Amino acid sequence: MNLDRRLLALLRGPRGAFIVTVALGVLGGLLIVAQAALAAAMVDAVFLQGGDLATIRGAAVAFVAVLLARALAAWGAEVSAFRVAAAVKRTLRARLLTHLEALGPLYTHGERTGELTNTLTEGLEELETYFRHYLPQVVLAAAVPLLVLVLVFPRDWISGLILLFTAPLIPLFMNLIGSIAESLTKKQWQQLERMSAFLLDALQGLTALKILGRSREYIRRVEEVSDRFRATTLEVLRIAFISALVLEWVGTLSTAVVSVGIGLRLLYGRLAFEQAFFVLLLTPEFYFPLRQLGARFHAGMGGVAAAERIFAVLEQPPQVPAGTGRGRAVAHPFPLRLERVTFTYPDASAPALQDVSLTLEEGTQVALVGPSGAGKSTLAGLLLRFIVPQRGEIWAGEHRLAEIPPAVWRQSVAWVPQQPYLFNTTVEANIRLARPDASREEVVRAAKIARADAFIRALPEGYETVVGEQGARLSGGQAQRIALARALLKNAPFLILDEPTASLDPEHEAAIQEGLQALLARRTALIIAHRLQTVTHADKVAVLENGRLVQVGAPDALAAQEGLFRRLLQAREAAA
Amino acid sequence: MTNWAVFRRLLRMVTPFWKMVLAAVLLGTATVLSSVGLLGTGAWIIAKAALHPPIGDLNVAIVGVRFFGIARGAFRYGERLVSHDTTFRVLTRLRVWFYAALEPLAPARLQRYRSGDLLARIIADIRTLENFFVRVLAPPWVATLTAVLLTGFLAAFAPRLGLAWLVFFLLAAVAVPVWARLRARRAGQALVSRRAALNAALVDHVQGLADALAYNYAEAQRRLALRLGEEILTAQAQMASLEGAEQALQILFSGLGMLGVLLLGVPLVRAGALGGVTWVALVLVALSGYEAAFGLPTAAAFLESNLAAARRLFELVDAEPAVKPPAQPAALPADNDLRVEALTFRYAPDEPPALRQVSLDLPEGKRVAVVGPSGAGKSTLIALLLRFWEYNEGRITLGGRDLRALLPDEARSRFAVVRQKPFIFSGTLRENLLLAAPEADEARLDAVMEAVRLADWLRTLPQGYDTDLGGQGLQLSGGQRQRLALARALLRDAPILLLDEPTANLDAITERALVDTLLETTRGRSVLWVTHSLVGLEAMDEIVVLYKGEVAERGIHADLLARGGLYSHLWALQSENLVALNM
Repeated sequence: MNLDRRLLALLRGPRGAFIVTVALGVLGGLLIVAQAALAAAMVDAVFLQGGDLATIRGAAVAFVAVLLARALAAWGAEVSAFRVAAAVKRTLRARLLTHLEALGPLYTHGERTGELTNTLTEGLEELETYFRHYLPQVVLAAAVPLLVLVLVFPRDWISGLILLFTAPLIPLFMNLIGSIAESLTKKQWQQLERMSAFLLDALQGLTALKILGRSREYIRRVEEVSDRFRATTLEVLRIAFISALVLEWVGTLSTAVVSVGIGLRLLYGRLAFEQAFFVLLLTPEFYFPLRQLGARFHAGMGGVAAAERIFAVLEQPPQVPAGTGRGRAVAHPFPLRLERVTFTYPDASAPALQDVSLTLEEGTQVALVGPSGAGKSTLAGLLLRFIVPQRGEIWAGEHRLAEIPPAVWRQSVAWVPQQPYLFNTTVEANIRLARPDASREEVVRAAKIARADAFIRALPEGYETVVGEQGARLSGGQAQRIALARALLKNAPFLILDEPTASLDPEHEAAIQEGLQALLARRTALIIAHRLQTVTHADKVAVLENGRLVQVGAPDALAAQEGLFRRLLQAREAAA
Repeated sequence: MTNWAVFRRLLRMVTPFWKMVLAAVLLGTATVLSSVGLLGTGAWIIAKAALHPPIGDLNVAIVGVRFFGIARGAFRYGERLVSHDTTFRVLTRLRVWFYAALEPLAPARLQRYRSGDLLARIIADIRTLENFFVRVLAPPWVATLTAVLLTGFLAAFAPRLGLAWLVFFLLAAVAVPVWARLRARRAGQALVSRRAALNAALVDHVQGLADALAYNYAEAQRRLALRLGEEILTAQAQMASLEGAEQALQILFSGLGMLGVLLLGVPLVRAGALGGVTWVALVLVALSGYEAAFGLPTAAAFLESNLAAARRLFELVDAEPAVKPPAQPAALPADNDLRVEALTFRYAPDEPPALRQVSLDLPEGKRVAVVGPSGAGKSTLIALLLRFWEYNEGRITLGGRDLRALLPDEARSRFAVVRQKPFIFSGTLRENLLLAAPEADEARLDAVMEAVRLADWLRTLPQGYDTDLGGQGLQLSGGQRQRLALARALLRDAPILLLDEPTANLDAITERALVDTLLETTRGRSVLWVTHSLVGLEAMDEIVVLYKGEVAERGIHADLLARGGLYSHLWALQSENLVALNM
């Protein structure tokens, strides 16, 4: 019946609104009954008792009043049903976002990005339909028919029996056909997805097709694929619609049987006309909520599927605690020491870092080198507290890093990644996020030192230009310089720099060089190095290979030794 | 484009299927009328029976009730089948039309759709139009037809009954949806703009999480997303309230309509102008006829989203193609010497030139490299050669003939291309290769796979050439993708090979290996190789250095290095990188 325990638990918050929704729904059912009774009374008075307009005036006024009340109840039920859904969405959105922070970039990175964004947007909207339209209907589909039954039985027990015995047929058929239809509709959805994927492929690959001289032929393929999709889908629908047909027949044929039955009992005087008419009016209302539930079957299925995706995220164990950055920053985090640190990624067989011990003294700069996949980014991730080592300890001066709340620790660290992310807000806000209380002058000064000021001023709206899909697009090099400005503005005691590789644009390269020099001046830093100059100027070089620290020492000393470092230098010379 | 113009164009897509549309509307109306018939005859039986007539008087009605009970389901089934069939036929037509309209526009006019998201939205727009027929077009016709028939039916007994019923029907079917749409407009607009902002904020939160966490910005980012979410909930609450009001008003008007028929009938019954039994039946006919109005609020809501989706699609395909084929195309020349003479090009009249007075010579069988930092105009040059954009200053000649005089498709047949991000189609390896040469046999494929050094990889594939490469070949490594693209280019067997930064996304080791393969496989062919990475250029017959759209210098590798100009400066910068460290 598409009832997920975890989803039902979410009703605890908006309990009041849900009760109101259901109560208004049941009230609506009662009013329908009242309306039917009044209509039956009016018809009876005129048709058999010889009454005229004056006789039924009171009933007519009451009828209008009942209608108004019914309308109000229907409106109120919609409004409060939305409140339930809104409360659920609100809670889940906040929980998801907070939990993502605790899961960290390790989880959100890569191919999962699109899927996560989709869960946060469409996944939650699916739940709205579930809580707004499906769940209340489940309750109504149980309550309203029961109500009708209670009223019909004392008046005409035979009709009551017909209703009673046909009613279970609906959920029975619904479940029976539903499970067939479910697999069929699932198949149809897959077909649709495949169809869409094919079209997306054709559109994205249009230039490729053109280059290959195949783009015109593809018109025929689009038609073929689309037509095949139509044919297979119709096959599926032919069967799927039978379920609706059967459900419909249960309702309409019972109505037919009931009306013929009461007609005959009436004929033989075993039933009063008013009662009979009342029962006839109620019969369709008996089946209506059940059919409505059938119509919303998809909403139920969609809701449960969305819940799967949402709870798959929420049930992931967090990597580090999320939280606010308030609290006193660590005044003196040096020396920074890694003691036999080991870290293995959740699905990996081999550790990304193994038994790594490394010390960073205050005021020194350590260049980290090694082939990609050696564990350089993992080490940066540990020091940024995106992840926690499984073994070993990291010390920041006197403190164990594990005991400092991540957000507090991050006040002491500035980070420049290789591909910095620019948020969909103004350029100024993108720099200022490093220190929210900075003045405009301080932001501009940081941008100037990072050699970003000139190109920012050249943007359509200068520092107010919005970055991103909707706003201006900045080049990778420009984004890097904004990241440098961020780090300069933050002015944290410790810097982690994933150095940009030297650009082949002489102008840009000169600018970024100056920015880098300004940032690195007299700062304690761990540098994931990509440039020769950086390595030779570092106080210490640490060479990683396959997750192990294979060499540590002054650059000159390492260059003189046999080992990976020297081989790397030689490889570079050979390439040049 | 006005809404009306969009609607008319959309309608034209449906007109070839008018017979099916008509069938669906008739079946839909028959469905509604069956339930009217069911309740009407049911009421008639009961009313008649109350007068204790001989049972024979009820027989016809009893059959009628059963007939309507069965017919309703059957009509509904037929209606659904026909309308879905129509929908899918319309959609096929729509997809074909859209693809065919887009084909001449690629890639120049689709540049701003480059990001996958926007393309995905186009697909979503086409999907939105799925509703156009079933939920937008058909319900108003069913409602109209039902209204005409039932008004006429009721009016046949007494005009005022028909009129009363019609007034409330119009209120429920027309006034309520129109009122709600007007009221919903502002909330709807707020919803659209807020939703875009929320999506952007969520993308930021997910994609920018590392940066946000590192700068303790995640909390602010989350608050922003939650605030936007709150604003959306407010707008959605207004919409929900309106939807509730629509339902409420329809309940009210349909109830009042029934009451109207009931009350207006009373004097007629008393006066003997209307039979009591008939009157009872008409009351229920009146009530059940309002079913035809219940789908209309949804239709109105869907109409809006359909028009918006259609407008976006129409606007897209209405763009002028960047290159128009010549009215009287010249024949393809026999030889393949390629010459660029004093070519100057701007993407838009008010933009600075992307290329300025660029000349170069690619005689058949020679290899020329165009190098320079990104933004120097290298890819623009390739795009012009492929006739993706129109040029007006300077000339490009193939075998002495201006490219503009040739049919673009024919001119392109002389080029094979390997691009920076080659597109791998979802499907099997074979399908991807045969795109370049549909008739190629397996031996030819084997030879090419061997040449591009993919033969070993091929042997590891579970189903060989028939292995599914998955969605857009995403499991392939960067090097494999480029080699596959090179294989396609070789299969195409065109005389001139254009390499557009084929190594840009590769690490140094993979780059070196690919460059070796490129040099090996292209010996003896014309090659124009555009790159910003100075690897393997010793083998080139000429190197043209572009900077800011102009030719800065040209020559062979050794001479350029010795000259100490821009090329040697770029060389020095490249040497600064610890290339091998990025293995």
